[in-house]
Amino acid sequence: MIDDAHAAPRRQAPGSAMTSEASMAAGSAAAPRLDLRLTVNGKERSLRLDPRVTLLDALREHLRLTGSKKGCDHGQCGACTVLVNGRRINACLTLAVMHEGDSVTTIEGLGTPEALHPMQAAFVRHDGFQCGYCTPGQICSSVAVLEEIRAGIPSHVTEDLERIEFGEAELRERMSGNICRCAAYPNIIEAIREVQEQGA
Amino acid sequence: MRAFTYERAESPAAAAAAVARNPEARFIAGGTNLLDLMKLEIEAPRHLVDVNRLGLDRIEETPEGGLRIGALVRNTDLAADPRVRRDYAVLSRALVAGASGQLRNKATTAGNLLQRTRCPYFYDPAMPCNKRRPGSGCGAIGGFSRNLGILGTSEHCIATHPSDMAVAMRALDAVVETIDAEGAARRIPIADFHTLPGDTPEIETVLRHGEFITAVTLPPPAGGIHLYRKVRDRASYAFASVSVAAVVHPGQGASGGGIASARLAFGGVAHKPWRVAEAEDRLADGGDAEAAAEAVLRGARPTGQNAYKLPLLRRTLAGVLAQARQGRGEDR
Ligand SMILES: Cc1cc2nc3c(=O)[nH]c(=O)nc-3n(C[C@H](O)[C@H](O)[C@H](O)COP(=O)(O)OP(=O)(O)OC[C@H]3O[C@@H](n4cnc5c(N)ncnc54)[C@H](O)[C@@H]3O)c2cc1C
Ligand code: SF4
Ligand code: FES
Ligand code: FES
Repeated sequence: MIDDAHAAPRRQAPGSAMTSEASMAAGSAAAPRLDLRLTVNGKERSLRLDPRVTLLDALREHLRLTGSKKGCDHGQCGACTVLVNGRRINACLTLAVMHEGDSVTTIEGLGTPEALHPMQAAFVRHDGFQCGYCTPGQICSSVAVLEEIRAGIPSHVTEDLERIEFGEAELRERMSGNICRCAAYPNIIEAIREVQEQGA
Repeated sequence: MRAFTYERAESPAAAAAAVARNPEARFIAGGTNLLDLMKLEIEAPRHLVDVNRLGLDRIEETPEGGLRIGALVRNTDLAADPRVRRDYAVLSRALVAGASGQLRNKATTAGNLLQRTRCPYFYDPAMPCNKRRPGSGCGAIGGFSRNLGILGTSEHCIATHPSDMAVAMRALDAVVETIDAEGAARRIPIADFHTLPGDTPEIETVLRHGEFITAVTLPPPAGGIHLYRKVRDRASYAFASVSVAAVVHPGQGASGGGIASARLAFGGVAHKPWRVAEAEDRLADGGDAEAAAEAVLRGARPTGQNAYKLPLLRRTLAGVLAQARQGRGEDR
């Protein structure tokens, strides 16, 4: 997000954000590593990690699941969006060790190239991306958005807090935490609408 | 990020004790503000106490007919709770006006109250900032101050508290409940919870080191029309320039002003949610929005860059009151 409140993070070019490992080497003596068990995309995984490792770095650097992307590393872009116990969060703003026993779904776990998740297929069909960098986060987020609407969770544009209308305004507001530098927004919304209508 | 050790607390009292015994320890809840700041080494704790698994994630009814919100209730769950949507709609509205869906799924009630300012100089370790490094000066005064405070500021700091949720809680007269390392509980009215910067801008609340928030309670529903209006640079995913939380009872009032009573709290303008009793009295006495705004803005000290917040607050308040008089908004 481009905002004067975020002057400092912008001094690092997006994408050049150091992994926590790299910045750790430059930092003080490391604390003992901790053991962690996670279910990632349905598989049990065990890790031994410095407590500083974020969930995003654990996925990308330790489990080699590089589908989830690091854009800002500060909760401002949504490229790192994953589902934890079914809810979308920014994996860059949480420590892996805080997720002992949790179940994490990344873009790799939603579907495979041979058997795409309906949302992945819709993004392809509607050209919901250009460079593709934000896309894993967009897709994880949009899968969760449809669940949130179904669960009756209101948004800023919900007129009647007791009854949520399905529609483009709701989707745009709920997807505002996912920034697309290529501005593929109209096609992203088309893709989500299609999946929403199929599901309805 | 500086190295730290990590533990998962077993109980609220144990969490309080673990932080109290180490001056460089901090609680971590959602982590969405603390980790952001730790990556920039603006916060550099040596020890983190994870308070996520203490069972403080429930919303319960109080014997008085209000609600007790556990400190670890996520912003999404608080906004969506059927009782909050029905009886405290201003709180639901404020919550969903903040951050993004992903962040709200993680952000907690206590963490939201304790989030730190978004002043750009606070966020930039290369710049002077009395809040980040006491005595180093204030980069914002005479600098880039467009989004900073106009009320209750000092010559040492003009930062604002960025929370939307806290503004609604101020209008609702919430109470913050805490426990300390000895297990002693205290109840702090939200009006007294956040402090003004004065000459100690590094101090932001009345909490002592190691004092742990267990819950926030809301008094029984106040009824009325609930509105939260947030004005910002973008329509979504941006902090407030000015926001107004209002709980309004329309009616004839003392002299036919169309408002019997109103509670108003303002965000984006001060180091704490701003509420002025005289503004509410003027409305109840038949005064108009302009009269109320005048009372709110008494003593305002804007900078050249943020003087726009004065007319913005007046107009936002006028808009909110007009909407309330027409009976639009959540009618409870
Ligand atoms: C990009 C971005 C945009 C945002 N936009 C908005 C916005 O528009 N409006 C808004 O209101 N907010 C916004 N936020 C801020 C967000 O709401 C906060 O980060 C969040 O509420 C903090 O909650 P947390 O549980 O993650 O806190 P944490 O980061 O875990 O903790 C914050 C502080 O609280 C302390 N703490 C936590 N729990 C307790 C407890 N129980 N007792 C005592 N101390 C405790 C911690 O030690 C820490 O000092 C935004 C954040 C980001 C990153
Ligand atoms: S306004 Fe406050 S937070 Fe901002 S630079 Fe000045 S002292 Fe620091
Ligand atoms: S990497 Fe940008 S929000 Fe996490
Ligand atoms: S497709 Fe390039 S950033 Fe979204």
